[in-house]
Amino acid sequence: MADTSPQPSRSRDLDKLLLRPGNLVGPRFEPGPETRDDLQAYARVLVVGAGGLGCELLKDLALTGFRNLDVIDMDRIEVTNLNRQFLFRLEDVGKPKAEVAAKRVMERISGVNIVPHFCRIEDKDISFYNDFNIIALGLDSIEARSYINGVACSFLEYDSYNNPREETIKPMVDGGTEGFKGHARVILPGITPCFECTIWLFPPQVKFPLCTLAETPRTAAHCIEYAHLIKWNEVHGGTAFDPDDPEHMKWVYNEALKRAELFGIPGVTYSLTQGVVKNIIPAIASTNAIISAACALETLKIATECSKTLSNYLSYNGTQGVHTKVTEFERDKDCLVCGPGVLIEVEPSVTLQKFIYLLEEHPKLWLSRASVSHQGKNLYLQAPTVLEEMTRSNLSQTLFNLMGKVTRDIVHVNGTATKNDQKISCMRKLLVVFKGTDGVADMDTAGGA
Amino acid sequence: MAEPKVKYDRQLRIWGEQGQAALEKSSICLLNSGPTGSETLKNLVLGGIGSITVVDGSKVEEGDLGNNFMVDESSIGQSKAKCVCSFLQELNDAVKAKFIEEYPEELIETNPSFFSQFTLVVATQLVEDSMIKLDRICREANVILIFARSYGLAGFVRISFKEHTVIESKPEHFLDDLRLNNPWPELKSLAEGIELNVQDPVAHKHIPYVIILVKVADEWAKSHGGALPSTREEKREFKELIKARMRGQDEDNYKEAIEASFKVFSPQGISSDLQQIVNDSSAEVDSNSSDFWVLVAALKEFIANEGGGETPLEGSIPDMTSSTEQYVNLQNIYQKKAEADIVAIERRVRSILKKIGRDSNSIPRTTIKSFCKNSRKLKICRFRLIEDEFNSPNLPELQKYLTDEDFSTAVGIYILLRAVDRFAANYNSFPGQYESAMEEDIPRLKSTASGLLNDLGCNGATLAEDLINEMCRFGAAELHAVAALVGGIASQEIIKLITRQFVPMSGTFIFNGIDHKSQLLSL
Ligand SMILES: [Zn+2]
Repeated sequence: MADTSPQPSRSRDLDKLLLRPGNLVGPRFEPGPETRDDLQAYARVLVVGAGGLGCELLKDLALTGFRNLDVIDMDRIEVTNLNRQFLFRLEDVGKPKAEVAAKRVMERISGVNIVPHFCRIEDKDISFYNDFNIIALGLDSIEARSYINGVACSFLEYDSYNNPREETIKPMVDGGTEGFKGHARVILPGITPCFECTIWLFPPQVKFPLCTLAETPRTAAHCIEYAHLIKWNEVHGGTAFDPDDPEHMKWVYNEALKRAELFGIPGVTYSLTQGVVKNIIPAIASTNAIISAACALETLKIATECSKTLSNYLSYNGTQGVHTKVTEFERDKDCLVCGPGVLIEVEPSVTLQKFIYLLEEHPKLWLSRASVSHQGKNLYLQAPTVLEEMTRSNLSQTLFNLMGKVTRDIVHVNGTATKNDQKISCMRKLLVVFKGTDGVADMDTAGGA
Repeated sequence: MAEPKVKYDRQLRIWGEQGQAALEKSSICLLNSGPTGSETLKNLVLGGIGSITVVDGSKVEEGDLGNNFMVDESSIGQSKAKCVCSFLQELNDAVKAKFIEEYPEELIETNPSFFSQFTLVVATQLVEDSMIKLDRICREANVILIFARSYGLAGFVRISFKEHTVIESKPEHFLDDLRLNNPWPELKSLAEGIELNVQDPVAHKHIPYVIILVKVADEWAKSHGGALPSTREEKREFKELIKARMRGQDEDNYKEAIEASFKVFSPQGISSDLQQIVNDSSAEVDSNSSDFWVLVAALKEFIANEGGGETPLEGSIPDMTSSTEQYVNLQNIYQKKAEADIVAIERRVRSILKKIGRDSNSIPRTTIKSFCKNSRKLKICRFRLIEDEFNSPNLPELQKYLTDEDFSTAVGIYILLRAVDRFAANYNSFPGQYESAMEEDIPRLKSTASGLLNDLGCNGATLAEDLINEMCRFGAAELHAVAALVGGIASQEIIKLITRQFVPMSGTFIFNGIDHKSQLLSL
């Protein structure tokens, strides 16, 4: 093989991996400058979150051959971010994270284009997400992960043998950290478990029973939660507690102190009060760096197959020595999110309005305020008002007609579901089959949905 | 400037103000400022390390822009140490950042005393010969040394230091210190004063499980000649005895008591790990002993005397179903005993200090207190000299790794990372560094690796061809993502070493970026 880059090149190191053949690579790896050039020219990656992981991911991806990046984050920079979110400075406090992060990486690395999106992930149209080859998640919330997972899985289609159609797989890499611990995983919807298949990896947070708070407090945290959840409402009635308002926080702290004193309980501090009330997860630069780097490496492998891939979950624990472990989790065959879609059989006479109502009552969905789309076309949108008005007239039409009189097809719905007493936004894929047409009762294709 | 307490809030919740103070007092020297080194320092600078000194003799080239975030176009042709240092300084103005434009290899040869000024030296991308020399220098000067290397999709991190002792090892899952298997008189008498058969149902379901267990265990001991349950059958019976006292399914305190009954059965006395520490020859202290070993000596005396075979009591109790009053009373009983134990240990510490000719107040009370609270969790880490490991690795372990499927890739990387340095010493370039020599480099690396295996005493052992090929393919590339990962691990270990909290890695961490099946090798 000829030396393809005689001049010292910016991709000096990466070229070794991308231009040379190897034996421990993916089946579709094509070594050569085209792979590198295509990666730079065409691969588009969305980084979700511009926090501790997101900042690292942007830097890592930009130095791993990716040149077309987008980043989405609704948060503004806070002082407590500065110990790890290395793209931000003190003078940036209050500015949108996505915008500052994109700017800083572009300033440092020429040739990289990063488009920031300062908004909620739910604010983007589903088609926005479909434009990316890979989605990299740097999030600290289960709800947000679940939402993006739902979106990515909604693109997935199955063929008549119930195998995922390759071109509809939207790969995700997901990272998470807490203190000295973290995980990195690769999600290939339809092939490896999606976030929802292994949701048990994230057990819901245990809450204190209200009677303990009210009657038998024993710990400092009990006193704090009493002030936060019970006393605040008693005293402030109408005013909602705002964890970001320092006056509110101080009030809770003082009340917690009083209660602790009353019961002889030690340990209430202002820092603990903030920690309990805001459920603060400790976070440091090193763990974020480790996890993001693993995610970036896997993103490169998904894009080029230049090495084996992580299969499929890496956990890291640095508290007692260093422990890393790769676990090959399995898909939940009955997963509502990455399966072939929740089967819904309806009469061809059902109107869109009636259909939306059925989703609220459906025992696998319990989805309220649903927006509905079919083949990328919005049939009904709950918001914003302009679009609601534009699509409102569809409500009285039959779904069968709106879907072009097909006997069966996938529709995407986006609405609010209730989980652990919490309302969450979610995206679901439904396989709608019209009764009395020849699309009916092919239960195999419904695949346990 | 922002209030540092706010800026560092998310990390203060992990290592506290003491840990932070230790970081701010420390000085770190970095050798080679490629991405592995600059990413290691980045994480430390953000966290507020005291000072950094970047040592690198090279100039920034075009290729460095593709893997190092701490240089940019304007850096080309300039000192890499200088550019990396100034970009790092941007991240945190509280850190003192310096650079020295000199090749580490030369510094190691010509100015070994240079390294003794630092708390810790982090040496990146160093070849074997320099590693061995630097290790000797740092060992002599008692400076902590950590090696990090990224090589294609592989890498390693290795700590070298004579002895690292940890009081606050902060294990995640550690049995609480309730002494239910060996209650002291005050706890017993508190339990005696509480009636389990109380009429009031609310009171009945708010008796803390600690009290329930102490009482039931006492009852059991009386009818079993003073012994606690030991056989499986006895343990089952004991649980039945608790269950029989339950009045309804909603009595969480009884459920907790049944679940925690194993704490009554667990053996008395100290763990074998701690036994090993108190038996260590360093616990025979003299004027050269560190504070840690003086404390261990005091602990040893305590266990043999007033401790009655046990360590000082930790003094804290977990949350449990209870009325507030009984919980607070219980807490006070534990706290009082813990305080009495601290006083006893302190007395012993002062007298030992006097005996060895040190100021009897030279170990502060806060340290003694923390030592007592953590005495069950002490950790000692000792690291082999690199030279010793390289010349005479633990052969049975090495042979085990070579044949164990879970370790074969990692040990392959370990051998090959050493082989590439031998290769470079012979052929003046790393295998696969230049495209033109690829064909001949593969067999050369293969024979270098088998030569090395022979030298180590693993005659006839071979490595996977695919891995050898892969190593040549890597051609000494320093990929940013690998560097960020290896540097991330190095910085995390540095934080643990400097804060003296948590437990640093032992052995060599081999990063396997091919399928992420990384391993720690103890050689
Ligand atoms: Zn799934």
